[in-house]
Amino acid sequence: MAVKDFIRERFMPHLWCPGCGHGIVMNNLIRAIENLGIAKNDIVMVTGIGCSSRISGYVDFHTLHTLHGRALAFATGVKLSRPELTIIVPMGDGDALAIGGNHFIHAARRNIDMTAVIMNNNIYGMTGGQFSPLSGYGNLATTAPFGNIHEAFDIVELAKGAGASFIARTSAYHVTSMTEILQDAIRHKGFSVVEILSQCPTYFGRKNRMGDAVDMLNYFKTHTVPIGSKKKQENPALIERGIFVQETRPEYCDEYEKIVKKAKSEQ
Amino acid sequence: MNQRILFVQGNEVCVEAALYAGLGFFSGYPITPSTEIAELLSLRLPQTGGKFIQMEDEIAAMCAIIGASLTGLKSMTATSGPGFSLKQEAIGFAIMAEVPCVVINVQRGGPSTGMPTGVSQGDVMQTRWGTHGDHAIVVLTASNHQDLFAMTVEAFNISETYRTPVILLIDEVIGHMRERLVVPDPGEIRLVERLRTSVAQGTDYHPYLPREDGRLPMSDFGGVHRYNVTGLMHDMWGFPSNNPKIAHGLMRHLIDKIEGNVGDMTYVNEFFLEDADCVLISYGSSARSALHVVENRRARGERLGLLELKTLWPFPADAVRKRCARAKYVLVVEMNMGQVVQEVKKVLDDPDKVFLANRIDGAFITPTDIRNVLRLIQGKGV
Repeated sequence: MAVKDFIRERFMPHLWCPGCGHGIVMNNLIRAIENLGIAKNDIVMVTGIGCSSRISGYVDFHTLHTLHGRALAFATGVKLSRPELTIIVPMGDGDALAIGGNHFIHAARRNIDMTAVIMNNNIYGMTGGQFSPLSGYGNLATTAPFGNIHEAFDIVELAKGAGASFIARTSAYHVTSMTEILQDAIRHKGFSVVEILSQCPTYFGRKNRMGDAVDMLNYFKTHTVPIGSKKKQENPALIERGIFVQETRPEYCDEYEKIVKKAKSEQ
Repeated sequence: MNQRILFVQGNEVCVEAALYAGLGFFSGYPITPSTEIAELLSLRLPQTGGKFIQMEDEIAAMCAIIGASLTGLKSMTATSGPGFSLKQEAIGFAIMAEVPCVVINVQRGGPSTGMPTGVSQGDVMQTRWGTHGDHAIVVLTASNHQDLFAMTVEAFNISETYRTPVILLIDEVIGHMRERLVVPDPGEIRLVERLRTSVAQGTDYHPYLPREDGRLPMSDFGGVHRYNVTGLMHDMWGFPSNNPKIAHGLMRHLIDKIEGNVGDMTYVNEFFLEDADCVLISYGSSARSALHVVENRRARGERLGLLELKTLWPFPADAVRKRCARAKYVLVVEMNMGQVVQEVKKVLDDPDKVFLANRIDGAFITPTDIRNVLRLIQGKGV
């Protein structure tokens, strides 16, 4: 099948701005699913609110476009009800980690089998460029005209602390490894977190004079390094990419099935 | 006959009834005075292979039942005042996306944290208008355990029939009061199962195109029809739309399917109404004190009657109008500053004959409280 066989053409054109990184993520997500050979009927995509969350309308799976920040909570209801389904939850950085931060850490703690894809463009795009928990100190946003005084989360460290059993980071520039990482994340049994650095030339790029989409993609190329690279030791400001955590741990729905067996045997 | 007779709390009745109705999924969060519902279901649901999960907060618990319902399971959550406030946005989502689910609110004293162990009926208007935007909602209640069982089952039936959230609004006294319950035999109460689409695989399926009777045949997530569910205004495929025509059509559908079927959802109990010149109207635990007063006065030859509402929303206006037509006085008994009394005034031709007997201090309204107001109305002084 081709990528377009996974797209709801009826709903095109999409609403993402020219140069947005989210389309690259959608393309690679579809390629990853195709490579894994998962049937479309077996995939449920759950999203919240924001630019990234509109992805659920465009893909031909069971799709649930929910409330701001709550995608993982809805997804938990779907997964626990039908553990055999593959659940993918694309979110934006504000959606996943500001309004949805509580659901994020608790889904990670439960190690419930789903893939959280955080399309991190460092900004609230849909509402017009306000700073997010990933904007970073000193950067400009429409609600930080004098510079942002909030420190950013480190998504990888946050996911580690919360107990996610698969954690990776990549960028919209690194399309080949993005597909592979997404495949590994979806295949992984447990809560998988994939942070994808995605460019927003319209707001974050423009506000912070980062150039156009190509300049921003080049920034991902020059400012990220593979995990364990020597360059990182020389320049700690570089961002590491790759798979940080990949561990086998008890998965929530499996554990629940054990409870059901126990409850039935003790009756 | 091997009748199953229990002596239980109202919260336990809700659990028994939900399981009777075929509950498949419950998610909750601890909150007084509804916690027993979650505690009991954590024991009972795994025994039947059903799903129970305690979520990280009230919002997540509401969201999870919507996700679960979309896979085809009958789903429920339970909470009280502060938790009910937190769930409002997701209740609106279930209305908009037409996802069947049941939400129990065991009312406690408010506003804010209020009186967690005190009784109140202060959430009547919040059940009606708690979530933002124009919408219709179904809210049921009960004053005794036998009715509570039936209304809990009916909450599931209505939610499945009309693809809408249904609020079961009880109060702390009902939730914690113990009384006898005769558990109905299987088949004794009618159960409504979800209407599923007969559209074949490969044929264009319109999840949001209502049938002529207003009902939407569903397809479960994981089934052969893949479609989009959203809280945005949407077309017949479930895809977001800003088209005013589509928005108007969807709004009318969401409201008409409830407001146009008030008769099917109206449940009341009537006591001594045939010749009553003074009609008491009450609901939930307040109706118990109201009935006590009515029975006592009847024994003295006074013509008092009681109309007990088990459907609060959509408001059973016709039922109230009919029963109050010949009354000289109408006395609404409730534990709030007067929420149902305003609705009664609104539907009667002569609102000046409508009075309120209430209590707002977290204590249960007593027959004496009601008698004191009656004496004032009847010009006998306190």
